[in-house]
Amino acid sequence: MRQIKIISKREFHIFFNSLVAYILLSLFLGLSGFFTWLYGSDVFFTGQATMQPFFSIAYWTLFFFIPAITMKMFAEEKKTGTIELILTKPVSDWQFILGKFFACLLLIAVALALTLPYYISISLLGNVDHGAVISGYLGSLLMSMALIGIGLFASSVTNNQIVSFLISLFIGIFFLIIFQLLSENSLGIIGYYLSRFSIGTHYESISRGVIDSRDVIYFLLIAFAGLYLSYINLSKRNRVY
Amino acid sequence: MNILVKNLTKKYGEQKAIDDISFEVRTGEILGFLGPNGAGKTTTMKILTCYESPSAGEVTIGNLSIFENAEEIKKIIGYLPENNPLYNDMSVMDYLKFAAEISGIEKQKINDRIAEMILLTDLNAEKHKTIFELSKGYKQRVGLAQALIHDPKILILDEPTSGLDPNQIVEIRKLIKEIGREKTVILSTHILSEVEATCDRIIIINKGKIVADGTADSLKKKSQSEETLKMQLLDVIDSNLVYEELNSIPFINSVDLENHNNFIVGCTNGLQVRREIFQLCVKNNWVLSELTSIETKLEDIFRDLTL
Repeated sequence: MRQIKIISKREFHIFFNSLVAYILLSLFLGLSGFFTWLYGSDVFFTGQATMQPFFSIAYWTLFFFIPAITMKMFAEEKKTGTIELILTKPVSDWQFILGKFFACLLLIAVALALTLPYYISISLLGNVDHGAVISGYLGSLLMSMALIGIGLFASSVTNNQIVSFLISLFIGIFFLIIFQLLSENSLGIIGYYLSRFSIGTHYESISRGVIDSRDVIYFLLIAFAGLYLSYINLSKRNRVY
Repeated sequence: MNILVKNLTKKYGEQKAIDDISFEVRTGEILGFLGPNGAGKTTTMKILTCYESPSAGEVTIGNLSIFENAEEIKKIIGYLPENNPLYNDMSVMDYLKFAAEISGIEKQKINDRIAEMILLTDLNAEKHKTIFELSKGYKQRVGLAQALIHDPKILILDEPTSGLDPNQIVEIRKLIKEIGREKTVILSTHILSEVEATCDRIIIINKGKIVADGTADSLKKKSQSEETLKMQLLDVIDSNLVYEELNSIPFINSVDLENHNNFIVGCTNGLQVRREIFQLCVKNNWVLSELTSIETKLEDIFRDLTL
């Protein structure tokens, strides 16, 4: 646990030492703020004291935001050779992966925490369904875990950050759009299962305030699959021919 | 703490990077791992540091096996990988703190250890700089400092002086010598003067196999069963005649004409050959102005073994 914490701490500091965190946080807050308050189906347009517009836009901003923070995680370490440095310290592959995972998750949690003033402002405007808001934040965090898992996997397959970013988006598009589209065009059981594969289906129900254990398990499973595949990629160096 | 390597093999696909090598390094010994590029030095080091698993064979460090006790082994090894990878976006102090924490040093001792390392590697003037701002020599010192910060019993250095200027090379070698008094050190290089200057023992590896193992002196002696003599004559009129006469002496294997009165003679049984050469000069009334043995250089041994 100590090693995971040390790695997470370093990664988290690096986000803020470079401009990465500031740029991404500004973009995230700027975009989500703009669509929550000023444009499209914003709070004033719908005339309801709800965080729903924010959660809808967070769905898309996180989709771009997360690959941008995960892309360098392993790709850069492999390119510069620092992976050899770190894995010859008393650190296991899993501790290394989880350290990276929690650093990314913490940055997302900070980004989401910075949107709390939106919630406070909206609750001053009318009666907010507090349960739905909490569940919405929980849904955003869970979806972020899944996307971080995918992003870390993408970063573990290459040592080029741009390639890692694109792979992450490519896989993400399946979960965010393609499964949804296919399910709408398929009938019966295939359509049902395709919609169950879509992140959108699970995120929508959880951000409306329905916490279903199946949704939680779904996100955790994707996150775990991503981390496990990253582990397989990293441990390829130990493959015995 | 000694290192025992037994029948170690590492294959990448069909290619064998190291092929059934065995050797032992005793406590307090500085072992030079020598070989041309691609000989298998780095692969061996990656296995010793538990970064990669071997395809076959066993490595025991003290009484710990790399298969069963990798985490414990990592705690007692300090490693400077090839090309000295560092987190360039951190400051020297932050980086050393991170290295100390991750190596498992107790919290209250971390600052003392960092101060010691900064002193040892002479990084005081640069300690607040970001690593990417440092010159190559200072980066190398940071690499050494991170490898030494947890006071490891074993130090593994992969080409520690590559890319440094001559002054820095001397300093780093001095540092390695000092460290080697208490620790077991393995360093790889393809710079021959480096192993002669720093190592107690040398292993030469080529195409994944050990081709020589011993001290620099013993390796030189071994290859000196054939001796090379330099012979100089004054006022030689016919060097072809000298050439032919020299070739007729038993035990002389080769004669090279360096210039018209200097000859390089390769022979066995040097003492007898010296006598014969002297007699030859007397018989022909040649004035022998020099007859010296040319010392075999480590470079020659290296070339013989690896070409």
